Amino acid sequence: MSAETPKMKSIWYFVGLMLLVMGGLVLLAGLIELVSPSGRQTVLAEIHPGIWWGAVMVAGGVIFFLKNRK
Amino acid sequence: MTTISLGFIDWLVIASYFAFVLGIGFYLKRFTTSENDFFLAGRKNSAWVAGLAFLSANLGALELLGMTGNTFKYGMYVAHFYWIGAIPAMLFLGIYMMPFYYSSKIKSIPGYLKLRFDEKTRVLNGIAFAFMTLLVSGINLYAMALVLRTFLGWDWDVSMWVSAITVAIYVSMSGLLSAIFTEIIQFFLIWFGLFLVALLGIGEIGSVSAIMERLPASFNTLWSTSGNAAANGMEVTWPAIVLGLAFVLSFGYWTTDFLVVQRAFSAKDLRSARMTPIIASFFKMAVPFIVILTGLTAIALSKDPGSGFALLKDGGQVNYDSALPLLIARYYPTGLIGLGVTALLAGFMAGQAGNISAFNTVWTYDIYKSVINRNASETHLLYMGRAATLVGVLLSIGTAYWAKSFPSIMDYMQAIFSWVNAPLFATMLLGMFVRWITPNGAFWGLLAGMGSSFFLFLAVKFQWIEAQVFTLSSVASDMSANFWRAWWAWVICFAVTIVISLFTKKKAEEELVGLVKGLTKETLGEHVPFVKKPEFYAILSLVVLVILNVLFW
Repeated sequence: MSAETPKMKSIWYFVGLMLLVMGGLVLLAGLIELVSPSGRQTVLAEIHPGIWWGAVMVAGGVIFFLKNRK
Repeated sequence: MTTISLGFIDWLVIASYFAFVLGIGFYLKRFTTSENDFFLAGRKNSAWVAGLAFLSANLGALELLGMTGNTFKYGMYVAHFYWIGAIPAMLFLGIYMMPFYYSSKIKSIPGYLKLRFDEKTRVLNGIAFAFMTLLVSGINLYAMALVLRTFLGWDWDVSMWVSAITVAIYVSMSGLLSAIFTEIIQFFLIWFGLFLVALLGIGEIGSVSAIMERLPASFNTLWSTSGNAAANGMEVTWPAIVLGLAFVLSFGYWTTDFLVVQRAFSAKDLRSARMTPIIASFFKMAVPFIVILTGLTAIALSKDPGSGFALLKDGGQVNYDSALPLLIARYYPTGLIGLGVTALLAGFMAGQAGNISAFNTVWTYDIYKSVINRNASETHLLYMGRAATLVGVLLSIGTAYWAKSFPSIMDYMQAIFSWVNAPLFATMLLGMFVRWITPNGAFWGLLAGMGSSFFLFLAVKFQWIEAQVFTLSSVASDMSANFWRAWWAWVICFAVTIVISLFTKKKAEEELVGLVKGLTKETLGEHVPFVKKPEFYAILSLVVLVILNVLFW
């Protein structure tokens, strides 16, 4: 009796997972910065790039992850 | 400058990248059971996977930092590397050359030379490629440690060893398969991690037109100043761009450099293999929207004293490669800084993994099996591939320490490509399209091309001759000299190969079936509608290329 080799997950599943995790962390950092500014001055900080860019990454990650999780 | 400080979340982002690539390596190991899995990723990849990996193998961090810095130094002309200096060659590979490569079931480019010509031509190219790959991999590692120390204050040795050991672990577990997976992760990280710099640059200055208006006239066009070398930032004329960059260097790299072509070999069928460079061509044309735009933003900001932006200086010399990291520090808050640093790290590590996975294949098949152990079994070759990965990483580390004591080696990267790839393109072109080219003609032509390019490099370096002798212009930058040296290496290889072939023994035509045009039955997509053929997408890619060139003329 031999164990059946499982089906390999698609690379897009890992891309989704990575975007979800990293986008989530970027979004979290952006929200923390909004609530409690760290004092580190960056140009265009007033548009809060961490929040919307993190959200774009999370959205992309969710799509890749859900479409390729099987 | 003071180094960029990272917050806790930045470190979490970086740590999650390391966890991902190691986790992927462990996960894929169970699917890597044969030499075919290890060296060719099982030949199961779709055109999209192979295409993005094909592009990513070329899109290392050294390229991103270097080309952003070059844009600061030379202006818009750097876009030629991404457009005319890449796209025609990528399309030529997909349409004309891939059928010969893929259908002959070779595992490497030197493997084609063995089938088309003979063993000595294969070994010559195999050794040159292995040497170049290790050198580039080591320089890449050195450059990474330099960037991390300069901008983040990280310890030199720790940066090099941690990243090199990580690459060694995941490539030795599942070979090309894990290299391709991590290259695709890197592709997304680079776009998400660095494109935002360009967007925020536009946001700060106002618009792309506003950036262009702040540039000197010699910096904001692509072709209109190419009639006179003194009128453009790169000091180059259009014949050098067309002959040296767009023809020889570009075709030499994109059609014969095994590091990139290996990704197409991993495709599941011939159509996917042909689509691999064609899909990559669309994304290649988009890369300037990160590197060129960022470089131009850096110029525009540096011309405005109120912006407080200036590139770093090392010993009085401007450090052009500092443009991208300084803009990351300018725009990115906590979290995004971690993402930007991870994108650069991923670019360095995937670049190293690409070099190592190409090295282990060429070493195993074209040097070890070809010269040392001709009867090696499949299991033994798989073992040898893993061992070559570890040894390759160690040799890269050694090269990196050598580069550390000899930093000007970085300036020679482009020159190295003109020694190895430029003449090889002449050999391949003649080999695939002219049936009477002989094994001896190919070998001596290749040797003469490589030797002459190396000689021209040394002759200028030690001032035996002036570069103007072969650049045909009284004004010529180092970049222009590289273009012209590549052109002459190609011409010499081409001419010597033809002359010697006229007087030496040809191979029997039945041995060349499937390897040479005219002797190979062409059955590609006979019953497929035109809109599904690779040719259709290649034409689309060419149309986009023409539009971009006209737009920025």
